[in-house]
Amino acid sequence: MKRRFALKAAAAALAASGLVSLPAFAADTIKVGVLHSLSGTMAISETVLKDTVMMTVDEINAKGGVLGKQLEVVVVDPASNWPLFAEKAKQLLTQDKVAVVFGCWTSVSRKSVLPVFEENNGLLFYPVQYEGEELSKNVFYTGAAPNQQAIPAVEYLMSKDGGSARRFVLLGTDYVYPRTTNKILRAFLHSKGITDADIMEEYTPFGHSDYQTIIGKIKKFASEGKKTAVVSTINGDSNVPFYKELGNQGLKATDVPVVAFSVGEEELRGVDTKPLVGHLAAWNYFESIKNPTNAAFIKQWTEYAIKKNIPGHKDKPLTNDPMEATYIGIHMWAQAVEKAKSTDTDKVIAAMAGQTFKAPGGFTSTMDPKNHHLHKPVFIGEIKSDGQFNVVWKTPGPVKAQPWSPFIPENKGKKDEPEKK
Amino acid sequence: MRTLLRFLCLALSLLAGAAEALTPQQTLAIAAGENDARIAALTAAATGGDARLAAFVQALLDGEVKVAGDKVYLVKDDKATIAATGEPAKLPDDAEDVTNNNRMRGALDAVLSTLRLFSPDLAVRRAAIVDLGKATLEEGQLPLIDKALAAETDPQLKDNLGRMRAAILVSSTDRGNRLAAAKELASSSQSSVASLLQERLGDGGEADPEVRAALGQALDAVRGRLAWGERLGVIFTGLSLGSVLLLVALGLAITYGLMGVINMAHGELMMIGAYTTYMVQNLFRAYAPGAFDAYILVAIPAAFLVAALVGAVLERGVIRFLYGRPLETLLATWGISLVLQQAVRSIFGAQNVPVENPGWLSGGVQAMSNLVLPYNRLAIIAFAMLVLGGVALLIARTRLGLFVRGVTQNRRMASCVGVDTARIDMVAFAFGAGIAGLAGCALSQIGNVGPDLGQSYIVDAFLVVVVGGVGQLAGTVVAALGLGVLNKFLEGMAGAVLAKIMVLVFIVIFIQRKPSGLFAMKGRSAEA
Repeated sequence: MKRRFALKAAAAALAASGLVSLPAFAADTIKVGVLHSLSGTMAISETVLKDTVMMTVDEINAKGGVLGKQLEVVVVDPASNWPLFAEKAKQLLTQDKVAVVFGCWTSVSRKSVLPVFEENNGLLFYPVQYEGEELSKNVFYTGAAPNQQAIPAVEYLMSKDGGSARRFVLLGTDYVYPRTTNKILRAFLHSKGITDADIMEEYTPFGHSDYQTIIGKIKKFASEGKKTAVVSTINGDSNVPFYKELGNQGLKATDVPVVAFSVGEEELRGVDTKPLVGHLAAWNYFESIKNPTNAAFIKQWTEYAIKKNIPGHKDKPLTNDPMEATYIGIHMWAQAVEKAKSTDTDKVIAAMAGQTFKAPGGFTSTMDPKNHHLHKPVFIGEIKSDGQFNVVWKTPGPVKAQPWSPFIPENKGKKDEPEKK
Repeated sequence: MRTLLRFLCLALSLLAGAAEALTPQQTLAIAAGENDARIAALTAAATGGDARLAAFVQALLDGEVKVAGDKVYLVKDDKATIAATGEPAKLPDDAEDVTNNNRMRGALDAVLSTLRLFSPDLAVRRAAIVDLGKATLEEGQLPLIDKALAAETDPQLKDNLGRMRAAILVSSTDRGNRLAAAKELASSSQSSVASLLQERLGDGGEADPEVRAALGQALDAVRGRLAWGERLGVIFTGLSLGSVLLLVALGLAITYGLMGVINMAHGELMMIGAYTTYMVQNLFRAYAPGAFDAYILVAIPAAFLVAALVGAVLERGVIRFLYGRPLETLLATWGISLVLQQAVRSIFGAQNVPVENPGWLSGGVQAMSNLVLPYNRLAIIAFAMLVLGGVALLIARTRLGLFVRGVTQNRRMASCVGVDTARIDMVAFAFGAGIAGLAGCALSQIGNVGPDLGQSYIVDAFLVVVVGGVGQLAGTVVAALGLGVLNKFLEGMAGAVLAKIMVLVFIVIFIQRKPSGLFAMKGRSAEA
């Protein structure tokens, strides 16, 4: 008797914590999966994306759902553990039979789930900027490709307003995204006449927390001639000690600017940003962008965060680029399902081509008819003392993504659309 | 009459001139428009040298300036004034913040520093020269520096200004000037000067062979001085990492080293200390925001007590049944560590929690031109030494320490002479756990606080204790500092990933050569 009660309690606790999906009670729901790390080193960035999916699904359900059916969210926690991503993806596709999955942050997790999605003909919406060099029929990339983030950011650093940098430190976490991005950036810098002697590449493991040596090295490198800038592809919670050390060591943005590709409003929460004023980030969206769509988006998030009592956000709601990309992705998927009148993967993929959505970034984002990437504007922001960003540079309009970077010679002649199988 | 009229005219024009020093047009030109035009307007205004300009530039840097239409406002504490005149005004609703990018901020900083060069206060002038020394100076600033050099009385500052002047002149068109400047720069110890010299020696820089030779000599001299900063930097970062390792390992040196309990939950006790710090921080923020900077002083004893309490419960509840059975202890404590982690996840969520440094732990002291010692690192080194001193005193000098040593050396004999060994076990274990809590409190100031905080340090902690020699406090100290410096030294050469691997390989080889660690116990009790 006692044991049965304990089992029941355990089951209830698990169900309540959302770790185990509830069985569908009604047949007329469409299941959507969420595959984001809710624990481990990437939780700092990914947890909020799970909540963004929940919020957007609530919004769509309140308007009557998709194809007249309500959406039902299935959340799993792959715990920043790359092989577990593949396992959980398989569970979502084969056991829960979700129509679509929103998930992944690091490229290593995306690479880990890719074969699962291709084998089971699933559908993944990937909301984070990445290194390109990939194009799968089963994935829609709603984050930025290198030409929508990394390349413009480095061009800005080399411009007069960006400080005319001629020496670069490429600093990253040791995995596929930073390594590939830095390979592209190195080729790009070569094309601008910058030699290998003026480029330093450094990598740290995931979860690295002691940045004293790295900052010391940057200082030394910066004292060896020419204006130096740092391009950071550090991912996850390592960013907090990195920026703390940067501030404490007094490395100011006017001396050596640091531009980051994976640091937004959310990652800077809890960091004292006063010594960091002027360091940069490149994204396709900032919370500080002023337009009515963004105001509505922020308001919607703020209300949701307070209503759902989301830790951190209930006191200080923040939005960021991957949240916007997630938001765009779900809406576009819903529109495509309506258009296809089915949740069948192949039909939805066909209907996704050319979908448009008025994004909080202030432009209408379009899904490219062929290459599964969004056309997005590029913004470069400087950190303000309140942890928000000042937009100091932006493209005149949305930019088409180049998943195969032209700066990598092997990419010549690769088709700008997924291979048909 | 005529002379009087002329005098009046002159006085009027002087007055007008003074009033023109910062006009509304000028403030607008500085605050709005393209950056090139703004910087030009700023430089023009700076040569006027109005006292109000310094305040205006400071306000721009602080983000207190707003523009609406063609009016520029200063906004401080919700009160708006016209920037040029200082008269109160009502802020229009459509007023927009002035945005300054890095380039603009650099220019504003430089103007502010040059204005401060003329301050009567020696300390202000010194700070201004330090700031200017970091910036890249341009030809246009030469007259200002000459003026400051003429007015300066302090010999040290005069030297600095002379070097600053040389930094500009080193790219002048006159060969003699360049040569003199290169020689003058050899006495500098600024990294910006090294950078400048290197640039002059690069392609498209200096062409004259004699000046090139002088530049090369100057660069070597400056590099030589900077190298000392770098070497000291490696030692400092090594000591800093070593002090963290020491804090992490001290608790373990007691529970594992003295008592022989392989406590895999040691890391989680640190995590509890860190979360206690987080809780104390939140309490201060909610109830005593004014005294926020002092929260750490309350957090330290709180972290000790909470972790010690959890340690005592662990000892009474689980570990005391497992003395002398190392394998079972290992498994049981590992299970406990998982339970503690999950408990924290359930209470606080799986995400990291933000622990803010108190104001006085942010920033650092500039020890040399290329060496900054951050306050939080200094504080942790000092804290580690204090804790070490406390532990050493307690073990060596107190009655409790005597009992602990006695029980560790010969449990049955200690029991025979009337020592309550069970109680001593509990107190010693709780004490070790409390030290772990202190380590957690310190770690919260430099790293992330999350449920798996302990996991990333537990291996390091065991390594330190084992390398140092089990049961030896001195060994733990030497091992922690040694491994810290070694790690940082290798990291500087091979990068963080490779350095970690190399340290582990070194430890494996070391343990094979000296299985009982640096400071092995000698004598009969070692075999027992």
